[in-house]
Amino acid sequence: MVQHLNGWLRRLPVWTVWLLGLIPLALLVWDTLQGNLGVDPVRDIEHRLGRTAIYFLLATLAVTPLLRLTRLNMMRFRQALGLICFTYALCHLAAWVVFDMAFLWAQMLKDVAKRPYLIFGMLAFVMLLALAVTSNRASIRRMGARWRQLHRLIYPAAILGALHWLWALKVWESRPVVVFCGILLLLLLRLRLITAAVRR
Amino acid sequence: ALGLGGKPSAFSTDEKPNSLQEITNYNNFYEFGTGKTDPAQNSGSLKTSPWSVQIDGLVDRPGSYGVEDLVPEAALEERIYRLRCVEAWSMVIPWLGVPLSGVLDKAGVQSGAKFVAFETLHDPEQMPGQRSRIIDWPYREGLRLDEAMHPLTILATGLYGRVLPNQNGAPIRLVVPWKYGFKSIKSIVRITLTDKQPPTSWQMLQPSEYGFYANVNPQVDHPRWSQATERRIGSGLFGGRQDTLMFNGYGEQVAGLYTGMDLAKNY
Repeated sequence: MVQHLNGWLRRLPVWTVWLLGLIPLALLVWDTLQGNLGVDPVRDIEHRLGRTAIYFLLATLAVTPLLRLTRLNMMRFRQALGLICFTYALCHLAAWVVFDMAFLWAQMLKDVAKRPYLIFGMLAFVMLLALAVTSNRASIRRMGARWRQLHRLIYPAAILGALHWLWALKVWESRPVVVFCGILLLLLLRLRLITAAVRR
Repeated sequence: ALGLGGKPSAFSTDEKPNSLQEITNYNNFYEFGTGKTDPAQNSGSLKTSPWSVQIDGLVDRPGSYGVEDLVPEAALEERIYRLRCVEAWSMVIPWLGVPLSGVLDKAGVQSGAKFVAFETLHDPEQMPGQRSRIIDWPYREGLRLDEAMHPLTILATGLYGRVLPNQNGAPIRLVVPWKYGFKSIKSIVRITLTDKQPPTSWQMLQPSEYGFYANVNPQVDHPRWSQATERRIGSGLFGGRQDTLMFNGYGEQVAGLYTGMDLAKNY
């Protein structure tokens, strides 16, 4: 069954992942143009982009445990998943700067320096940026072992991203709590996998 | 009944009110869910008639008062007020209501009373959001007596010339326009006059972030976000932000209530 699925995945071109990954963005643009976003489109745009970014972060993190635990091989798509995540994070940040804060640079700088949820979010973004710009063969070749080290930044980025969401809310809401637990679980799985690998 | 009328008031702003669509589809009313459109979707189950409000504590005539008795249709005034949410967005809403002071006078406030405590209905059958314990239900709010007696403070039973929609706090809610929106408690079932400062829901949940006074104040930030500016709902994608005004622009009327008080401490 898994072998069958893996055979099928091997033939699937990577661009189909990009195509599927950009559907949420296309739907958001469509809803915006159609006026389907409701009373406060700024908030909806910002939040939908942020949520989608973190869902793709979760998907990126799931690739390795999935391979180890079920032998399902999605490795070929991991780079695309990560870059799609970054694309949404970038759009999320741009929506904040342009629509929400309307280029009030002074207030933005003050807030980013002072507000924990913005500090978390911005740190996560900077980490994702570092991963995105080195997500290419040339960087892998040039950086060698340091590339692997650098790309471990996805773990803190994931935790900070989820904290950014939780911290922005006034009460504990179920969706970000579930996402945060999901990230912790994926990281925990990794620890277990690492220790198991060392023991073997 | 549709087509409620209200006498115009000198306290009304001449800013353009938000549309009925905006006012009724962008609500914080966690009794029906935490999403902005949850109240519009889930508040149909709330039965608002008959409805009575228990007035008790330090009053001469405690008891259960019908909404019609507290806020007779003939006494309604239209008050077009700015509403500033603690989340840094704002609206302009044409309320229909009466000054709270007159309502309290009906019950006869005793001389020992210093504060007024309010409670929202607690009934998870009608308010599905109360099935999750995000807040220690029932929702509680309170005012100092002089704030409660201030002519700007009203009990509203309608908006835009119609009976108050459920998602906006039907059948009867408080409106205190110089304070953050969460002070304006919705679907009130109990009003208690007391000599002690009553606990309030948001302060109970997070005392470092939400104070008893909760006056709109651009100089005192929420610990997690700035209160210096706000986004006016309905201004579109490129509407930008506007400066938040001290006491939400009602300083001329209410600043005197707080002379000598450190508003950074009493936030």
